Amino acid sequence: MNEIPEVIRTIPLNHYLFFSTALFCIGIIGVLTRRNAIIIFMCIELMLNSVNLLLTAFSSYRSDPNGQIFVFFIMAVAAAEVAVGLAIIVMIYRNVRSTDINILNKLKW
Amino acid sequence: MTGNFFYFLTFVTLFAAIGVVASKNPVYSVLFMILTFFALTGHYILLNAQFLAAVNFIVYMGAIMVLFLFVIMFLNMREDTEKHKPMLSKFAAAIAGGILFVVMIAALKDVNTQMMQPAVFDSQIGMVENLGKVLFRDYLLPFELASVLFLAAMAGAVMLGKREPGEQNRF
Repeated sequence: MNEIPEVIRTIPLNHYLFFSTALFCIGIIGVLTRRNAIIIFMCIELMLNSVNLLLTAFSSYRSDPNGQIFVFFIMAVAAAEVAVGLAIIVMIYRNVRSTDINILNKLKW
Repeated sequence: MTGNFFYFLTFVTLFAAIGVVASKNPVYSVLFMILTFFALTGHYILLNAQFLAAVNFIVYMGAIMVLFLFVIMFLNMREDTEKHKPMLSKFAAAIAGGILFVVMIAALKDVNTQMMQPAVFDSQIGMVENLGKVLFRDYLLPFELASVLFLAAMAGAVMLGKREPGEQNRF
């Protein structure tokens, strides 16, 4: 039962590093290019997930459970964050009838 | 075989992530996001992290994505509701993200990560039994504090969603 999983034997950990970096950068590009607040929020989730996957990969390769516990807490915090963030977006939409972030630029000044 | 499956899942994840960023309709974005999370669940299973695979499947694909889809349908967004940024700033943003990617790859290219020791390797750490033991022995206080966080988040969401007395009642 204690045999090493095949993906850990055959895939180098560097490939997980590159893959997570690519996913994170796609999330950054999404945050920078889109104007819809909900899409930006989803791109933030994308970045959170790339970090989760990298933590899990390191934890599995080193067979250290602490990293996976950390991922579990990140998921819990992300769930709370999504609930509050979407409530804020709905409230903004009720007041200004839009989720365009360029309308909501008062905090910039 | 498993190696090919890893690369297939990686391709699907990156493709769906680009779909999230690039699709015009927010509903398609959410559907691509669900595909991304599905592929990531496959990655967790390949890494033998079965507890995280189940949590990712239930919490992310089940709860969070339904919440997103619900809000998008609730707000009745269409393709033409989003004005797009000027081409120049989009281009600059893509260049900035691409340069970050290149810099990170260049920095991580030669990093030495060969630290798997077959003698002490334990493939069962991702199982529910093992993670539960660690969670309730070493991380009991953070686990309990997470419940306080959820209570605060629930109260905050309800308070934000409630209508104020002076607010216009047009939606």
